[in-house]
Amino acid sequence: MRDAFVTALTEIARVDKNVMLLTGDLVFGVLTEFAHEFPKQYVNVGVAEQNMTGLATGMALEGKTVFTYSICNFPTFRCLEQIRNDACYHNADVKIVSIGGGFCYGPLGMSHHATEDLAVMRAIPNLTVVAPGDTVETMLTTRAICEHKGPCYLRLGRGGEPKIYDQVPEFVLGKGINVVKGGDISILSIGGILSNVMSAHEILKKKGIGTSVFSMHTLRPIDRRLIENLAEESRLIVTVEEHSISGGLGGAVAEILAEIRGNRAPLLRIGIDGDFCCEVGDQEYLRKLYGLDREAIAERVEKAIA
Amino acid sequence: MDAEKLALSIRKHAVMMAHLGKSSHIGSILSIADIVAVLYGKILRKRPQEPDWPDRDRFILSKGHAGAGVYAALAETGYFPADWLQGHCTNGSKLCGHVSHIGIPGVEFSTGSLGHGLSVGTGMAYAARLDSKKHRVFVLMSDGECDEGSNWEAILFAAHHRLSNLIAIVDYNKIQSLAPVEETIRLEPFAEKWRAFGWDVREVDGHDHMALFDCLNDIPADGDLPTCVIAHTIKGKGVSFMENSVLWHYRTPQGEEFEAAMAELGER
Repeated sequence: MRDAFVTALTEIARVDKNVMLLTGDLVFGVLTEFAHEFPKQYVNVGVAEQNMTGLATGMALEGKTVFTYSICNFPTFRCLEQIRNDACYHNADVKIVSIGGGFCYGPLGMSHHATEDLAVMRAIPNLTVVAPGDTVETMLTTRAICEHKGPCYLRLGRGGEPKIYDQVPEFVLGKGINVVKGGDISILSIGGILSNVMSAHEILKKKGIGTSVFSMHTLRPIDRRLIENLAEESRLIVTVEEHSISGGLGGAVAEILAEIRGNRAPLLRIGIDGDFCCEVGDQEYLRKLYGLDREAIAERVEKAIA
Repeated sequence: MDAEKLALSIRKHAVMMAHLGKSSHIGSILSIADIVAVLYGKILRKRPQEPDWPDRDRFILSKGHAGAGVYAALAETGYFPADWLQGHCTNGSKLCGHVSHIGIPGVEFSTGSLGHGLSVGTGMAYAARLDSKKHRVFVLMSDGECDEGSNWEAILFAAHHRLSNLIAIVDYNKIQSLAPVEETIRLEPFAEKWRAFGWDVREVDGHDHMALFDCLNDIPADGDLPTCVIAHTIKGKGVSFMENSVLWHYRTPQGEEFEAAMAELGER
């Protein structure tokens, strides 16, 4: 996803000279070519995320489209007030990019687990919050947030995520994508966990359990209409996210479902439920530990309809 | 425009606004009245009828709690009608206690939480230089605000990139929110700190209009560096019983105190 983002941004930066990329002295190697090709559109601001976000806002108010780029919680939590008061209150064209959503940097420890970012960012007015499901969605999302004037948060994986789409899907910010149709159990996924959700869909299919998978790449504004329709049509709605079970996709869907009067589909939220993760392990290891591997996702769905 | 008259108007408006809106920070506002008056009266390149004029000098009040002083200056220099000031901090008004740009012509940037303005101003200055623009960016900060680490991130950045179109003015009245700066978090040797970070530093009497004008009109002196103007000021300046008092960071002028303050300003 990281490479897909940089590739997309490089194409955009060639055409639009007002596009700027600021990094908080992170993501070694990945930005070298960008920095070389666009010396006037690239600044390494040093290890200073508060300043980076303030700088980005100032530049954006002068007509630039400014990406702030770092990893995990550094471009979000460290400078949350700059995001809220500076970028968002002024509706400045600042795009916050975090590499390493969820457990991407698992073995590095708690500081590097981005597992509450979606919940917090979703609460901020004016901010568009997106987490694409694969490299194809990453390309599409990067282009879309560039065209959308105003602050955005782009949560990405790290690298090596499998490509889900064979054909480029229709992509609109705020509209979920029906990745596969297969039954009246609707599984809503956000971010890079989509590949495990797709695998769970296959496992369930072999067991005769039909599921449809939706990539909810945009968390804010949430695709309310889609969720309301699914609530009417589905036997079960499942949300899956590599993120705290509170406040993210599961939370957003629960809010909408709770306001529906009368019959609606029940909800199963799959995500990180519990205290700080103090276990050491890579992304797949930690996903498994928290029931986010494909087998565990399939099992939870199967149990929920039993 | 006569900056002395403007400063007096700012003070009168500010005391009236703090009185009517029952709001705090009158001491902080009186502290910057002369700086704001010299900026709006003499220094800033601006077009009140065209607030977004691209070549305007940018002015950010980073100590947003003194917003009433800037609102008063904007009203007096023709950005919006002076009667807007009456509603400051009251229900349904456009003007909140900490300076906000929404619906208010001439406010460059909204602040209120300290330690934000300098980074944003630095970004504006960086962008202006990229685009070969000639305007300057002025950021007015408080002394207590310099406790915020984010400022020092911006101070490092601006010096590294030699942003000579950036001017930080510190309202150094030496009293912060609860107590004197010296007793809270010492800033001295203050000028040396900025110099050590790579800024051109000047110190000036923040109530002497001639000195302020000479200082702010001659920037950048060293063509290659950002400028820090340390303005030595008196918190509450212009109303004797408010001067150098922590109390008037919060107290709102009512009753006899309000009458006395207005009388003092009227007599000047």
